Amino acid sequence: MALTPVQPQTPAFTAGMSALAGGFAGIFVGTANGSTGLGLAIGAVLLGALGFIFSALYKQEKPARWGVLALFVILGVAMAGIPGAVMGALFGWVFGWFIFWIATGNYRSKLPPYATSGQVLWHFTFRVICGAIFVFLITPILVVMPLSFNAEDFFTFTPEMLQFKAEGYSLKHYRDFFTNDDWQQALWNSVAIAPAATVLSVGFGTLAAIGLSQPHVPFRRAIMAILISPMIVPLIISAAGMYFFYSRIGLQGTYVGVVLAHAALGIPFVIITVTATLVGFDRSLTRAAANMGADPVTTFFKVQMPLILPGVISGGLFAFITSFDEVVVVLFVGSAGQKTLPWQMFTGLREQISPTILAVATILVVISIALLTTVEMLRRRSERLRGMSPS
Amino acid sequence: MTLRKFTAALATSALVAPAAFAADMADELTLVSWGGAYQASQQKAYVEPYLAANPDVKIIWDESSAEAVAKLRAMNEAGNITWDLVDVVASDSMRLCDEGLAMELNADEDLAAAPDGTPASEDFGDLLVSDCFAPQIVYSTTFGYRTDMVGDTPPSSICDVFDLEAYPGKRSLQKRPIDNMEWALYCDGVAKEDIYDVLGTAEGVDRALAKLDTIKDQVVWWTAGAETPQLLADGEVVMGSTFNGRLFSAIAEQGQPIGMLWDMQSFDLDGWIVPEGLPEDRKARVMDFLKFATDTQRLADQAKYISYGPARKSSAPLVGMHAELGIDMAPHMPTDPANAGNVHIYDYEWWADNRDDLDAKFQAWLAK
Repeated sequence: MALTPVQPQTPAFTAGMSALAGGFAGIFVGTANGSTGLGLAIGAVLLGALGFIFSALYKQEKPARWGVLALFVILGVAMAGIPGAVMGALFGWVFGWFIFWIATGNYRSKLPPYATSGQVLWHFTFRVICGAIFVFLITPILVVMPLSFNAEDFFTFTPEMLQFKAEGYSLKHYRDFFTNDDWQQALWNSVAIAPAATVLSVGFGTLAAIGLSQPHVPFRRAIMAILISPMIVPLIISAAGMYFFYSRIGLQGTYVGVVLAHAALGIPFVIITVTATLVGFDRSLTRAAANMGADPVTTFFKVQMPLILPGVISGGLFAFITSFDEVVVVLFVGSAGQKTLPWQMFTGLREQISPTILAVATILVVISIALLTTVEMLRRRSERLRGMSPS
Repeated sequence: MTLRKFTAALATSALVAPAAFAADMADELTLVSWGGAYQASQQKAYVEPYLAANPDVKIIWDESSAEAVAKLRAMNEAGNITWDLVDVVASDSMRLCDEGLAMELNADEDLAAAPDGTPASEDFGDLLVSDCFAPQIVYSTTFGYRTDMVGDTPPSSICDVFDLEAYPGKRSLQKRPIDNMEWALYCDGVAKEDIYDVLGTAEGVDRALAKLDTIKDQVVWWTAGAETPQLLADGEVVMGSTFNGRLFSAIAEQGQPIGMLWDMQSFDLDGWIVPEGLPEDRKARVMDFLKFATDTQRLADQAKYISYGPARKSSAPLVGMHAELGIDMAPHMPTDPANAGNVHIYDYEWWADNRDDLDAKFQAWLAK
């Protein structure tokens, strides 16, 4: 049961709101086709007219929405063929829904009845802004994915691809990634270096976090600041410093050197996440364990470790991604023999714009999503265990 | 006294020494190059036959030629040279040689003679532009255009790049003053032989920039050789400059609708340098590889994979067909008489002296 009385809006209001939405969408369509102003004007006029018609003259929701959908599909085909039709259908569906959402007054149904017009407007404007930020952050990543199935050796949507013909698509860039020696060597280097660096980061980072959470340790804040500094200092500065230092002691251009450098970059992430979990850790548990005769090492592994494990694992995942994605430090500290995936992608982008990079990027995005999903699930589990959220 | 004997002994040991070292060569060799199709041609023409003859050697590629000068400086400062042989353009070889970061070579001793016995110094001739440089190829920076975007009269002169009325649309140019300034002056009516004299004056620089100003808002500036082929393939630009081998690859291997504009192509050289300060065993391996990789047959073989002209005179008659496409490579070479009718000889020495100054002015102009 809705708290707020829902009443139909005037045609003028519906037309105005629709024109606003149409103009907003028109800006992007217009810019993509070369004229921002024209797109804005056409979008506003078209949607304003539709809004007026459906709120004043023809109020049958179902046929009207199908009509809008059909109109936009036709417009889309006229502008850009089959892909245009897909985009048109999307726009048509959204606009059809939008006009009636405004016209029937449904947009107020979930808001408190005392909200003023200004508050209602801000409520939805805020959502549009959030949505726009989300779209602009995500679209570049999504665009890369279909391009990685390109049958040509360029970053181009070919006419065949846009018409969804099978010959426009191919897995050859994925095949190149899995058969080309350079990419395979880079992949194995990454797969060898990242876990080693993660193990070191997790080990040292967890110990440091536990040590620094003891109240009696002197200079805790200063030590913490130094350990966190690789995250704050510009990467290029750490990289140049490590290059000269590692060259002197013979670690430059070795696997050990790259692993140590990446471990130093990963430690701050582990310290931060583990410190955060330790805040909710009840110290009386360790005292109870000591009381029962457990030595500190047993206490750590039997009592403390299981409880802070989610923090340790999520810190470890961040350390892993840091090493797996890192290009600046490895360019300095590594030599060609330790070429990692990001290094290979970096040189590939600069010298040879090959869609193999897009195939690799797609694979890496999928891996990153899988890892971050794991982190999120662990975080929820930890909250459930600590009773912070109902499950 | 025994001074004569002593020198004789020294000479003998000098003769024997290389043979003794030959047995003591490092097994690993790090080659630095540009990546892409060019590095692939080096892999096929030089490295694969070398590995067939020396199966114990391991060769590692590092695609870092673009920052070779900066990295070699850092390596030298850190006292840790990790590269063995570095592929650089002629002007970089001069800088590295002047700074003592590259080893001086003796062409006749360190590089193989031609099959007919002509010493390397004559076979390479004028292309040995620096004492540290072992040239491999002649390439050119030239223009490609979209055949389907230029109407019925494709561009035939460099000045068509500056003609926005006949050829409307974006063009891509390299983000540096070299070549662009010369082309601008040439199209502003300066005779070819006077270009560097005019460019040497403040008014000349302003004149070149004023000419570039006429197309500035239609220019996409590139820094990597792969950008222009990508932009042409996308139809984002109607014409653009890049290295001729990149255009050949887009046209012949990828089948893109691109045509070549060879007028006033700018010749340049690419070759090897050996970093100064290598340990003896690695140096012995590098010199062995270098001699093999720059011999007449190897340089001619490279032209099977990429349309860059071999730097040796004796290699030219051996240039044949493309290894996979089976097309005759000679007409695609920048040095082919049909393409080299009107070429721009880029003056290394002039640019070595004026580069810093003009770079600053060019960047300031770009930012305006």
